[in-house]
Parts: sequence; C-alpha cells; structure tokens
Amino acid sequence: MTDTLAAPTANTGGARFVGQRVQRREDLRLVTGHGRYTDDVVVPGMLHAAFLRSDIARGVINSIDVSAARQLDGVVAVFTGADFNAEIREHWVDFEGPGGDASPFRVLADTDVRFAGDPIAVVIATSRYIAEDACELIEVDIEPSTPVIGADAALAADAPVVHAGRADNIAGAIPAAADPVLDEIFANAAHVITETIDQNRYLCVPMETRGIVSQWDPFNQELTVHISTQGPHGVRAYIGRALGIPENRIRVIMKDVGGGFGQKMFMIPDEVAVVLAGKRLGRPVKWIEDRRENLMSGLHARDDRMTVSFAVDDTFHILGVKCDLIEDVGSFNAAGSSSIGFVGLLFPGPYKIPRVGFSAKAVFTNTCGRCSYRGPWMMETAAREQMMDIAARRLGIDPLEFRRINVITSAELPYTTAAGLVYDAVSIDGSLEQAVSMVGYEAFRAEQAAARAQGRFIGLGLGLYVEPSGIAMGNMSSEAAIVSISVNGDVTAVMSSGSHGQSLETTVAQVVADRLGVDFERVTVVQGDTAATPFGPGTGGSRSAVILNGAASQASGDVRTKMLEIAAHVLEAATDDLELEAGNISVRGTPSKGISVTEVARIAYLRPQELPPGMSLGLESHARYTPNAPFTFSNSCHACVVEVDAVTGGVKVLRFIVSEDCGVMINPDVVEGQIAGGVVQGIGGVLYEEMAYDMSGNPMNTTFVDYLLPTATEVPIIEYGHIETRSSTNPGGFKGMGEGGAIGSPPAVINAVADASPTSSTGRSSSRCRRRTSAPPSTLLADPAE
Amino acid sequence: MADTTVGIPTVSVTVNGVLRRGTPEPRKTLADFLRDDCELTGTHLGCEHGVCGACTIFMDGEAVRSCLVFAVQAEGADITTIEGLSAPDGTLSVVQKAMNEAHGLQCGFCTPGFVVSITALLRDNPDPSDEEIRQGLSGNLCRCTGYQGIIKAVKIAAGQSVDANGKAH
Ligand code: FES
Ligand code: FES
Repeated sequence: MTDTLAAPTANTGGARFVGQRVQRREDLRLVTGHGRYTDDVVVPGMLHAAFLRSDIARGVINSIDVSAARQLDGVVAVFTGADFNAEIREHWVDFEGPGGDASPFRVLADTDVRFAGDPIAVVIATSRYIAEDACELIEVDIEPSTPVIGADAALAADAPVVHAGRADNIAGAIPAAADPVLDEIFANAAHVITETIDQNRYLCVPMETRGIVSQWDPFNQELTVHISTQGPHGVRAYIGRALGIPENRIRVIMKDVGGGFGQKMFMIPDEVAVVLAGKRLGRPVKWIEDRRENLMSGLHARDDRMTVSFAVDDTFHILGVKCDLIEDVGSFNAAGSSSIGFVGLLFPGPYKIPRVGFSAKAVFTNTCGRCSYRGPWMMETAAREQMMDIAARRLGIDPLEFRRINVITSAELPYTTAAGLVYDAVSIDGSLEQAVSMVGYEAFRAEQAAARAQGRFIGLGLGLYVEPSGIAMGNMSSEAAIVSISVNGDVTAVMSSGSHGQSLETTVAQVVADRLGVDFERVTVVQGDTAATPFGPGTGGSRSAVILNGAASQASGDVRTKMLEIAAHVLEAATDDLELEAGNISVRGTPSKGISVTEVARIAYLRPQELPPGMSLGLESHARYTPNAPFTFSNSCHACVVEVDAVTGGVKVLRFIVSEDCGVMINPDVVEGQIAGGVVQGIGGVLYEEMAYDMSGNPMNTTFVDYLLPTATEVPIIEYGHIETRSSTNPGGFKGMGEGGAIGSPPAVINAVADASPTSSTGRSSSRCRRRTSAPPSTLLADPAE
Repeated sequence: MADTTVGIPTVSVTVNGVLRRGTPEPRKTLADFLRDDCELTGTHLGCEHGVCGACTIFMDGEAVRSCLVFAVQAEGADITTIEGLSAPDGTLSVVQKAMNEAHGLQCGFCTPGFVVSITALLRDNPDPSDEEIRQGLSGNLCRCTGYQGIIKAVKIAAGQSVDANGKAH
C-alpha cells in the first residue's frame, strides 16, 4: 500500500488488511478453553452469592425470616432490602444522565414484590451450593394480589398500579399530535389499509449468563469488579454514584464475555447487591446467574403491539401512515429500554412516505423488565415490513411490486425522511434488487404455483430496512483510542470499548495496521479494563466499526504523521515523497533510502537529539473521536423462503438471503458472522422462542427445555450479497451492521409464512400471520379470520 | 465447610492424562469438579440442565454433558476436556483450527462444547453429510454465529471443500 500522510482514506483502496478475511486472533485462546470469562475468575477468600426470588408476580411482603438460613454451616451473611435499599445514593446511568426519567429501581424487594423473579434476599456463603441451600431456608410471607399481566391489563381503567406511588402504569408516552394535513391525506386516499401487528416477548439469551466478582479492599479503599458486561466504564461510573465511591478508586475489568446482545449494557439490581454485600463484608463475592434466573429475571425484550394505517393512492404510492404503538416494558425495565421514540423516528425506513403520524405508550406490568435487545426499535421494521405485504395483497399487487413503487432509489439521494433524517450514502433499492435477484423471485413464483398444484405450500418473504448504526449522541457520542509504537516498534491500541464477541481485537488491529503501514501481527489491542482504557460507553448500537475504529484511525493517523516527519528529517526528504509500507519508510523512487518503523521509534524515545527541532518525544497519541453525524445509515434486504406443512403448521426455512450494505467492510467474515447471528435470532424469535406468562404472572419458559433456541438443524445456509457504499460520516467509510440481522429477519420469516398460506395470492387478503401464545415449535398460523 | 476437599479421596479420575484425586461432595457435578477442583475452566456452563452442550467433555471416549454427571460417578474414568485437545504449546487440533478458519465462533462461550462434539462426530463419522453434521451438532447451542461458521468448520475439518457460503462440494 502506498499513500501519503495527507490521504484521509488510508484504510481503503490499497489497504493490506482492511477488507480481508483476516482470521481472528481471539480464537487461539477461545478454541482451546483458555478464555477468561467471569466465572473463571477466582480470588483468594472468595465467597459466593445466591438470590432468593419471588415466585409470586405481585403481592405485599408481610415478613421475611432469614434466621434459619443464617445458621446454616457455611453461610456468612444474608441480606435483604432492609439492609441495602437505603444505601443507594444516586441511581442513574450515563446513558440517561441525572434527572432523566429514571426507571423504577430498588436493590432488593422490600415492601412488595412486582414480578416473579424479583430478588428478595441474597445469601453469601462459602460455596454456591450452600448459598442455594440457604435460600430454601428463608421464609417469606407474601400476600398475593392480582398481577397486571399484558398491556391491556396495564391500561385498563381500574388497573392496579405496578409501582406504588405512580398515578398509572404509563412508563412513557408519545401522544398523537393533531395533524390536519395527514387527516386530509387519509380522507382523500384511494385506499386505506389498517392492521394491528403483535410481536411476542423474546430475549437476548447470551450463552454466558450474567456474572460478577466484586472485591472491596478496605485498606486501600479500592473496589475491583470483574463483570460480564458490554461496557466497564458504565459499570464504574454507576457504582461510583450509587455507592459514593470516587471513580478513581474503582477498577472494572471485563475479560472475555459470552455475548450480551443488549442485556448486559447496564447493571441490574442483583449485581449491585453483590457489590454491596462484598463491601459490607470486606470480602470478595462472586455471583454467577443461573440459566433459570437469566430467563426469568435477567431482563426481557420485544413484546410490542402496533396498529398501522397506510393511505395509498391509486398508483400504489404510499401517501401517509399512522401508527400507534404499545410496548410492555415489564416492571423494572433497564435504562433506555423503551424504544417508542426511535420507532416513530425510524418508521418510514426505506420508503418514500411523505407524512407520518405516530403515537405510543410504554406500560409497566408485573413481569420482568425490558432491556434494549439487538435493534431495540426493530418494531418499526417488523410492523412496517409485514404491513407492506398485507397492504400489497389487499391492493391486489405483488409485495415486491409494492416495494419497488415506494422504495427510495439511489437517484433520489440525498433523501430526507418525513422525520427529518437524511440518507446520503445508502443503496436501498440496490439491496432490494440484489436480494430479489439472488433468491430468483420470478422463478420462485412459478415454482410456488407448481408446488401449490401438488399441495405443497412454499412462500417467500422480504424484509427491507435502513439501520441507524453508529449512534452518536449523549454518552454514546464518542470513543477513544491510545495508539503507541513502543521502543521495539510494536504497536498497542488501547481502546475505550471492547468486544463481547464482535471480534474487535482483530478488526481494530486491521484498521490500525493499515493506517500505520505495519504488519497486522505487530498490533495488539487492549480493551475492557478501566484502569488502562479511556472512557467509552460500551459496545452496543452497532457503533464499533464507525466510532471505535474512527478513534483508532484518528490516533493512528497522528502517530503516522509524526513517524513520517521524523523519517523525513532523518532521510532529508519531504514527507510527501515518503512511502510507508510493511514497517518501512522509504523515499519514493529511491527504495534503498529508507528507515524502519522500529528505528523511527527508537529515535523518538531514545535519541531525542535526532528528532526534528522542537518535536516532542515519543510515538503515541490519545484521540477521542466522534463521527460527523448522529447516525451512520446502513441498509439491507432479507429474503426468506419457507415451506409450511399444511397439516401440522410446521415451518421449515428453506433459504435465507441477506443483501447488506455496510459501507467499506473491514473483515467480511466478521460482517457475515454478525449477519448470521442476528438472522438466526430473528428466526428463533418468530418460530421458536417465546417468554410467555400465565394469567397469574408465572413465567412459562424458564429453562432451555421450554425456551427454545434454534439449533443447527433448524437453520438454513445463509447466503450473503454485499454492496459497499462508502459512508461519509467517518474516515474509513465504514457503517455498523451488528443489529441488522435481528431487525430484518423477523418480518421476512413472517411474510414468507403468510405468502405460503393457501389463500395468500387468491385475491383474498390473508397475508397475516399470528403466533399462538406458547405455540409448539415452528407453529405459525395464518389468521383464519382474514 | 460442607464442600471441603480434605479427607480420603472419594474420586480418582484421569483428566487429560493426569490422575486427579478429590473429595467432592456427592452432589457436586463433574463440571464443577473439573472447573473448581481441577482448575480447568475451559468446560463452560451455559444452562446446568443438560440442554446447551457447553459443558461437553469426553468421558471414557463418549461425549458427555458434565453438568449432568456427578463427580463421584466419574470414579475411575478417563476424561478429556477442551484443554486436552490442543498441544501444550498451543498447537491446535484439526477441529480447533477449522473453527478459526471458518469463523466458527464469536464470543467463544459455546466453543469448547462444540469442539468436543465435533471431534466426537468426526471420529465416528469422518465424512458426514450436511444432514448428519446438523444432527450431530443439534445438542449444542450457539447464540452468536447462527451455526453457519460452525457447520463450515466441520466440513473443513472433515476435509470437504466448501464455498464461501459453507456449501460442500
Ligand atoms: S451446561 Fe451442561 S448442557 Fe448446558
Ligand atoms: S460463539 Fe457465542 S455462543 Fe457461540
């Protein structure tokens, strides 16, 4: 690679590592069993925690008797809400800031229980086995009352309030605004199509549950916390405020993390209880959540209902839409978990929809709280893309044709949506057409007709969307990198946010290596330790490719500039005449005249007299980066082909195609891995996974025997198409895409099942699918009422 | 302490070629014995109820879920954990290498269980069909990869040539 220091696009084009399927350097330790997850952390004198949880969804706690538990051999302490709840000084996360509409919070249930799984007491013992035994010895007297289960119950006129002291069960609301223009559009439209779309409650389910090891050192007044998290800095700042410990006396370490998907973005009360217990006892305490706890009380997701109306003209152009959304956020929902604002903002997505009316309510219920799961706002795509199919069939045209009529084309860029978002570097129609061509849409229609004639039901569904990646606002505005070249010429990139599966140790190294013109092997990435790394908000919101690599690129660029200036001085050449490649700097056209990066580093640290006059010593830069727009839009189209067994209702996914435009790809393997993981989560959410409650508020799916994740036998081979439209928001031209797989796949699967249904293309509008609550696996039913 | 490990050994097992003795409580799982007493933390616990497969190990040649076995039941057994599948200098087994090549892992939490299951699968069926691979992996859960890279890794480890989409030729 050859480029001059002035080139802002050093990470593309002739890049040596960016764009390559570089194999992951994380893997050596992980495939051999030498990763270090939270449960692998062992500290001398460590105690173990277990929680007693409510098995009642709603009720008043009359008494808690922990005396028998305390007496069990091996039990060190038992704590209840009375011990801990008053200890919390401030409860807010960086994401919301002080004075935000903080979610209800308490460490342990004291006066009443508000969901089945609500932690009531924590036992600290010499082993997890004993701690769990002791939980069984705690006597709790709860007077149950009728719980609020489901959004309808929460909104009922006589509904009891989930959180005492609140006037109602409204966690957040966007009232419908009067819009006479939109009303006029609807009044005069040739067609108005209205439908209500439900989305079941399904969950992040990282394979590693939560875990924490908290060590308070009273002699140094220092707290060290190992935690399975998406962002150690957020944990540190939160604990600092909550417990009144200066942040610089807290070290939070995140080593290997077995997935998060949003669930581990913020601490939950259980983890705070472990920190409090350890501090109170002056001893290290470990808590490893078990799977039942993770499913029952580790935070939930989805669970939305949206009524959508389309106003369409007689040439099938969408003139306006009205949406009303209801989100069930459970009881103790995580910060930022309600997505009502984003759903309204993003609803028009890939289409030219001139006017949007949006209203929403988020409601509390006596169920586990909601968190921000991979594409937290994805109800906009789930509902809109189902609605595109429903509307098309009612209008008597093919869903693809309806999309083609309304899609934003590349010729129309930059395009400003009804909500004021500007798309400049997207390829929405391009990804639609790529997916359609890969799946062979026309040929499929013929195959489908032939199959129907034989009594087989196959269907094809599309899911088209624009993903707001690299979200840069509030605490998520920036990332930082400290890039240095050491005396021996080795490169270290210390990063503000780290990976919990995203392969950042590899991809950041690719970007840094290219920027510095050194071999990939010479770059090491440091992450996940607040004692070493600058502030970062944590990995989420599809931000790392854009913002973290923006920081890596900026810091590396500074170091590169300095290296070239030193080399120019030593070689008596102009910096513009220098080439930096494979760890060597040479004068263009005179390859014999050169200097190695290592030699430059030695000058920078060891031989200051050889530096250009006035130049500071060292080869290091600390850069904090923010992209030049709050969103970096990527786009994608999913196409799913299914076969539905007309007798059993069983669904088999036959093909799954994803056309993705995430700008310049840093590592196509990593891009495809992110797509595949998200897609299979979406397939799972539609066909297999559901967290259901009975009317008493009992969670029905608290083991992997009841909460069904897709296995290798249920997933098709995923076929990828790539388009690379450079982003304009960051120097590398990158876009995020980590959430998209989970955003586009659910409607693609549902649309495919609806398309397979016998009446779907007969002119009757039976394009709607409804999932039976607690359905057996793979059972989606075309709605007979349609 | 009720789970003390002093006293007369109640369990002797060979783990990765080394004889290990201990006095686990009768209710202690083999997984916990391997992780806590033998300090082999590569065996992961994703569910502790026998579904996810993250805790899979070899016990007398069989791929077994170590969360469903009590340590005392393993008396006399010959056990190989994930740590026993690579060479001490870090040289990877064929399956481990294939997982890396095929991007068969992201967070890596499920990976030890998959590596053991794939090793067992290919030992018993060196040239499996796509269907046999999927069946063979159906007892292990992964939440990150959508199984795409893992299936591809099995094919690579079996010496089958694969295209970019993981289809064997
Ligand atoms: S931990 Fe043993 S099968 Fe899940
Ligand atoms: S790689 Fe994360 S669960 Fe499989």
